[in-house]
Amino acid sequence: MLRWLARRFAQIIPTLIVLSMLIFGLQQLMPGDPAMILAGEERGDPVVLAQIRAELRLDRSLPEQYLHWIGNVLVGDFGFSWRIREPVANLILQKLPVTFQLSAMAFIIAVLIGVPAGILSATHRDTPTDWVANGIALFGISMPNFWLGIMMILLFSVELGWLPPSGYVPITEDFWQSIATTIMPAFVLGTGVAGVLMRHTRAAMLGALAQDYVRTARAKGVAERVVVWKHALRNALIPVVTLGTIEFGRLLAGAVLTEQIFTIPGFGKLIVDAVFNRDYPVVQGVVLATALIFVGLSLVADLLYMAVNPRMRQA
Amino acid sequence: MVLAIDDLTVDFTTDRGTLRAVDGVSLAVASGRTLAVVGESGSGKSVTALAAVGLLPGSARIGGRIALDGEPLTPDRQRALRGGAMAMIFQEPMTSLNPAFTAGEQVAEALRIHRGLPPRAAFEAGVAMLDRVRIPDAERRARQYPHQFSGGMRQRVMIAIALACAPRLLLADEPTTALDVTVQAQILALLDTLKRETGTAVVLITHDLGVVADHADDVAVMYAGRVVERAPAARLFAQPEHPYTVGLLGAVPKLAGGAGRLASIAGTVPDMRSPPRGCRFAPRCPFVIARCVAEAPPLMEMAPGHASACWRAPLSQVLEAA
Repeated sequence: MLRWLARRFAQIIPTLIVLSMLIFGLQQLMPGDPAMILAGEERGDPVVLAQIRAELRLDRSLPEQYLHWIGNVLVGDFGFSWRIREPVANLILQKLPVTFQLSAMAFIIAVLIGVPAGILSATHRDTPTDWVANGIALFGISMPNFWLGIMMILLFSVELGWLPPSGYVPITEDFWQSIATTIMPAFVLGTGVAGVLMRHTRAAMLGALAQDYVRTARAKGVAERVVVWKHALRNALIPVVTLGTIEFGRLLAGAVLTEQIFTIPGFGKLIVDAVFNRDYPVVQGVVLATALIFVGLSLVADLLYMAVNPRMRQA
Repeated sequence: MVLAIDDLTVDFTTDRGTLRAVDGVSLAVASGRTLAVVGESGSGKSVTALAAVGLLPGSARIGGRIALDGEPLTPDRQRALRGGAMAMIFQEPMTSLNPAFTAGEQVAEALRIHRGLPPRAAFEAGVAMLDRVRIPDAERRARQYPHQFSGGMRQRVMIAIALACAPRLLLADEPTTALDVTVQAQILALLDTLKRETGTAVVLITHDLGVVADHADDVAVMYAGRVVERAPAARLFAQPEHPYTVGLLGAVPKLAGGAGRLASIAGTVPDMRSPPRGCRFAPRCPFVIARCVAEAPPLMEMAPGHASACWRAPLSQVLEAA
């Protein structure tokens, strides 16, 4: 187990190095000169531009800039936002909990809808229940987040006035108000994941229900409900748990549009604003943090896989 | 009789019409006895057993009467008694245990359901059961998962599950087919011992006549969904009265017998969607006469306890002439 973990960590390091180079390199392809944008009114003045470039080390070679950035990152310094004049690390720590709350709620919604729907659709294969569940899943997967978001705002905020259309209240300030501001975006985000989870749960359940051990359970006199929810589900969940962890990572990274629509000050909004403002340190920091989360989650996925699959444990 | 099956029919609806997999089968087993049901794959022997415990898919239509200890087995009774008063073990020990639960849990579950034992007591009774099927170090092994067991050990766990609640009837569907020969012998000897200890009636489904000779009291030979011959085991081997049985016995390889060609029965099993009108074995039968093709022979008593469904029985003269 310890040796496995050590090997796993050894794989993570080169992954992160390559990732950081990609993040830094791709950003250089963005059109527009950050010095020009930062100079604002004075963008015509070459002295000001040169001064800004020197201050931000934009006059150095790219490898030099990269090494400077990554060297600081290694000691926990993600740099300083050019625009907001705040340490990037602070911005990340401010925004991450917001996105985490949103993603966690979306994920809970997705699991509560997707997993039971997948099970029902597998146990009622080729019946109207199955068709309806599949139809809803397809709807969830293919519906654009921005469209569903706008429709929900129109219905629940504008027409019915039940929920605030936008904004965010931290969960530490007012629990119910916080839920009220995040429930719609969480639902919008969760529907797509619910569809994916439903399809995978259905496939895994169909596979599990066809296994000999299910027949053994029935031969033992186990009630059909227990056959499905214990004997088959326990095995069917093994691939779904791995998939779910990766989907959670996608939620954390993929809230960009939804956060824009509901003006939630999370990770997605932070990075969009940073890109428009050519705020390189923020873009780099946020993308690198996202990558770190993903790498971490894939490790969690592997650990969960071992936890739910006895065959993996002593390997 | 512990199990009495009378005129059982099982129909499956397929895309290409209805298929009668079991056609008028009658079987009976007494307490402490082993009835071997012999036949090729597709002869309906497994379907008969699954019908008895009520494990056929919903698409199957079942006719005839099945009774356990004289009481008719309705679907509700089958559900209630399955795993308790009647148990079944299967051919594939490698896949028949749930990989996500320990061996002990899987035995204990049957005891929780049918004996209402609390989890702790059920697990301990499960360990005792694993010990009874001769799994060494049962206490430790009970906490292990199926993938940590060999094929033979897994089949022992399956037997422990099946016998945990001391069933009146055990249906064993090719319990040793997937195992090595030495392990096979151990498992069958174990089943014999446990049967003697508990008085369980055993239906042993197999295509291996060597197994039948060593472990069965009575034999029913099935062909294309029907019982074609029924006899005490010793008598069946000494004096078979159905050409199909004669063919099967001829097809048993004998270790002592030199390096001749393996004998086999010519032809193949009929398509069950449109079986022959008369005797189903007629197209493959070396002794066929006109009547066989026209009219299906019923099971006719040749001697006490020995019945054959053949117009030409008794076969002694026919065999001598051949």
